[in-house]
Amino acid sequence: MALLQILISGLATGAIYALVAVGFMLLWQTSQTINFAQGEFVMLPAFFVLAAMKFGGLPFGWALVIGMLASLIVLGVVFKYLLVDPMLKHGVLPLVISTIAFALFLKEGVKEWYAAEAQPFPAVWSNDNIEIGGAVLSVQNLVIIAVAIAAVALLQWFLARTRTGRCMQATAQNPALARILGVRVELMILYTFLINAALVALASFLISPIYLAKFSNGETLGLAAFIAAIVGGFNQVRGAIAGGLVLGVVDNLAAAYISTQYRAAIPLFLLIAVILFRPQGLLGRAEERSV
Amino acid sequence: MKRWQCVALALVVAALIAAPFSLKPHGIYLLSMWAVMSIAAIGLNLTLGYAGQISLAQAAFVGIGAYCTAILTTMHGWPFPATFALGAVLCFVVGWLLGYPALRVQHHYLAFVTLAFTTLVFLVLRNEEWLTKGIYGIVGIPRPTLLGWSTKEPRDFYYLCLIVLGLVSWLIWHLVRSPWGRAFMALRENPVRASSLGVDTRRYTLMAFAIGSALGGVAGSLYAPLVEFIDPTPFTLALSLNLLLMVIVGGSGYFVGPFLGAIVSVLLPEWLRVAEGLYLIIYAVAVMALMAVCPSGLLGLAERLIRPAAKKGAP
Repeated sequence: MALLQILISGLATGAIYALVAVGFMLLWQTSQTINFAQGEFVMLPAFFVLAAMKFGGLPFGWALVIGMLASLIVLGVVFKYLLVDPMLKHGVLPLVISTIAFALFLKEGVKEWYAAEAQPFPAVWSNDNIEIGGAVLSVQNLVIIAVAIAAVALLQWFLARTRTGRCMQATAQNPALARILGVRVELMILYTFLINAALVALASFLISPIYLAKFSNGETLGLAAFIAAIVGGFNQVRGAIAGGLVLGVVDNLAAAYISTQYRAAIPLFLLIAVILFRPQGLLGRAEERSV
Repeated sequence: MKRWQCVALALVVAALIAAPFSLKPHGIYLLSMWAVMSIAAIGLNLTLGYAGQISLAQAAFVGIGAYCTAILTTMHGWPFPATFALGAVLCFVVGWLLGYPALRVQHHYLAFVTLAFTTLVFLVLRNEEWLTKGIYGIVGIPRPTLLGWSTKEPRDFYYLCLIVLGLVSWLIWHLVRSPWGRAFMALRENPVRASSLGVDTRRYTLMAFAIGSALGGVAGSLYAPLVEFIDPTPFTLALSLNLLLMVIVGGSGYFVGPFLGAIVSVLLPEWLRVAEGLYLIIYAVAVMALMAVCPSGLLGLAERLIRPAAKKGAP
């Protein structure tokens, strides 16, 4: 039953990767933003919550609400208007550099103004284990999987079934045409940034009880989101989800059965193999290139 | 070169030669580091600025060069010139082998493949203790004696770095102006047109990538004896991103860009140290501000300031 336990904890990690990867991919689709600060975006909301509890004296529940709101404002609105918008017309590279600098800023900011040591973060759910058919499963992992599935299902429903969601998809596919058809392209792009901020905040609240909140957490998480987005397919939400889950499971299996020293290498091999043999990703469609 | 450029070059070289006489050892160390990072950035500028390919593998090549020199000089007693040459050749070959499959994909995909490569090399450096001594690092990397000239003192080693930087700059200056360099730029500007004019796109891109990688190895071979101790931590993705930052901030595709970018990246954080813990924060804000005001880097900013003035002066 060890295999089942590994699979479940792999799926839990993978579900978190998937949340982060979906946000990462939505940003790329609608605004050509390769966000090198995505990992730091996951690191930060936990500190909003901790700060609200420490300085505001709020109970944990309200602190989560404040943390979510602060993420929407800082990682959604401020990030878009202050950092991305002025850079968009200059192409991809300067924006990449800017997000790298922003990542450094967030990391050093937290280290300087909050704490350099890892901080314990209260879990939303109990830390118990339950036994199903001889396998010991942690409740926390099951909750993570459930919350992530709910969030992604909600997002899929929003994108596919509501008018606003469809307008967002149209914006991602062809902004010029969408504008002609009366879609408020600017507003749709803002929504994308807000959705990304909400997804990373959710991921942050789910992962911080396990990994503790630390300023340097973003490095590994950002890389994982990258790999998940590319392995799954850069241009589809379900690709990013699949990529995240595959990555989480492969990562845990590799750690258990191959080598703990090289566990970080397995996802990279996966990444290289996918890029070389199936650059559009496992579930993606080939991107059309214009000459 | 125009006359004012010759004069400016002579002044800068004179200043660089005179600089260590008025500096403390730490200042000389930083200047040497600037020279080393400039070499690595020049290599990346060749790949990125001239051939237009985003590579995040440069840190891995610096690491390979550094470990090549460190291992062979401390454990096997090789002379420095031999390890130096081997480091460059090794990185050229590895760059070629990496580029051959990787250049099937372009732009952001290439960035991701090279990103993975950097992390893989870091893992090998950390885990293969029999070869690299893992996280304990390699201590006591000797500074070489060349033709009876000992570079043990910081000032002497600084001059060695400066000489190598000069040679590399001279080579690349001519390379960029050769038919090869023209072909590199044609690839960046319009790959379809370049290939229709008979430029073997893939071979030239690969060549630019391999030469850029070899320069990373050269920088690494100087880095190891400069610091005299290496472990895997300096050669992570952070260094690759930092080198990318140097090239873009300086002005990618400009010959002088990497030199300026290395100043910003190596020396600016040191000058900001008076601000204590805040220095990296200020640095990050400065980079974001520069990118927002002038995405083509410092040289682009300078060009924009000078051009209108020049136009006004013209009859």
